[in-house]
Amino acid sequence: MSTMTINLKVWRQKNTADSGGFQDYKLNGVSEHMSFLEMLDVLNEQLIKEGKDPVEFDHDCREGICGSCNMVINGRAHGPKRLTAACQLHMREYSDGDTIVIEPPRAKAFPIIRDLVVDRSAFDRIIEAGGYVSVKTGAAPEANLIPVEQDVSNTAFDYATCIGCGACVAACPNSSASLFTGAKVAHLNSLPQGEPERKRRTVAMVEQMEKEGFGDCSNYAECEAVCPVGISISSIAKMRKDYVKAVFS
Amino acid sequence: MPTLLKAATSQVGRKILTGVTGVLLVLFIFFHLGGNLAIFGEADAMNRYSLLLHDLGPLLWVARIGLLAVFLIHAWIGISIWINKRKARPQNYQVYSSKGGPSKQSLSSRSMAFTGVVLLIFVVFHLNTFAFGDMETILIDGRETHDVKSLVIDTFQNPLYAFGYAFVMLLLGTHLGHGIWSAFISLGLTSKKASAAMYTIGGVVAVILAFGFIFIPLYIYFGGGCEATLIECR
Ligand code: HEM
Ligand code: FES
Repeated sequence: MSTMTINLKVWRQKNTADSGGFQDYKLNGVSEHMSFLEMLDVLNEQLIKEGKDPVEFDHDCREGICGSCNMVINGRAHGPKRLTAACQLHMREYSDGDTIVIEPPRAKAFPIIRDLVVDRSAFDRIIEAGGYVSVKTGAAPEANLIPVEQDVSNTAFDYATCIGCGACVAACPNSSASLFTGAKVAHLNSLPQGEPERKRRTVAMVEQMEKEGFGDCSNYAECEAVCPVGISISSIAKMRKDYVKAVFS
Repeated sequence: MPTLLKAATSQVGRKILTGVTGVLLVLFIFFHLGGNLAIFGEADAMNRYSLLLHDLGPLLWVARIGLLAVFLIHAWIGISIWINKRKARPQNYQVYSSKGGPSKQSLSSRSMAFTGVVLLIFVVFHLNTFAFGDMETILIDGRETHDVKSLVIDTFQNPLYAFGYAFVMLLLGTHLGHGIWSAFISLGLTSKKASAAMYTIGGVVAVILAFGFIFIPLYIYFGGGCEATLIECR
């Protein structure tokens, strides 16, 4: 099995206050079958053996469902492949001798905690502002009690697949969180279960998004291009429509 | 619920206002291009058109003030979006590139603020030249009116004006290449099929508008529209 040598340029930053900078690393014996994160594991093993601090990066499921692993690889959130989270990226996308630049998602609303790890709790606060539905607690209700048309539930499900990774913010030239917020609003607003809070939810989540310091949306649609689950910007259009409806009723 | 003012100045409200004002401006420049086509009509068609507009009286002033407000709101929000983006990402990426696919990043979309500011400056010069410029008085159907046509023909004999206008109108086309589609998304177009169609239609409309506005000054520069004026044309 042939292996590659990969040159890495990784953003290192000790804490939020540190100004940070790039560090170059050379990694030999990288297998094309490794995932991108396994390649970083190998780097960290090497760094630990040398008595140096490993590169901090977020990861959990490593199968594209938790949304932890958002990082910017050669200028693209989650790397070169569409509909692929960084953890699902494999080293076969690269060739021997390639240089890979890895940066954290950059946005004022996502302060860097260390190296590639950023604080995404701004997203949690947007969810807290309205990303829920009120239900009667107690015994689980019968799933088909409220009939939902097939294409409505499909659309809602498409929006519901958002894993909250923040690649949309990372890739947006304006650092807007419109795709994330739009997906959450559009998901719940599409369903009868989300109807009671529809107006309040839309306004509250839009307000929170702005309060967190995310930028405006210029309809660049770069967010849709980098989204590992392919959320459409139609969610943003729906959020705007529902916002107008909420204000004028 | 937020007050109307708060809603209008919220992030989503501002975006909707950019869209509404953008669409109104596009409708206006369609109208404007239509008026400019008078240059290809009868020798006195342009001055008759001008007279027609002036006959609107107070209505013309309502339109002018409304247009100015729309223009200023549009420009102000556009510039504020550009300022905001700097605040939202104080430190830029070392390496940045688009992932392609559904992305609408293009020369057109990335230069909206630049082309917009050029248009803003252009409009000041444009009004200074044609709205507040010196004009002779002529008679049409026995009524006194300004000889707008001679001013227009005279102005575009100057290559600086003719080619300068053509260039700025190329930037207008660039602004609208992303802008027309973008306005529809801002105003809540959710259908993916319609969005794809709109992107093409928006591009075609941008090209048509830019072509019209580029063609006219160059046509005049190369000797067109000279009849019934006292100007020595090429
Ligand atoms: C004839 C004049 C103009 C026309 C027809 C026009 C048209 C448009 C349209 C249709 C849009 C899309 C709106 C949206 O995305 O919701 C737009 C966006 C924009 N316009 Fe204009 N515009 C004009 C002048 C200006 C001026 C004078 C400025 C600034 C000084 C400007 C700055 C912008 C900016 C920055 C955007 C993008 C907003 C964003 O990032 O989302 N425009 N324009
Ligand atoms: S680690 Fe869970 S999505 Fe990548």
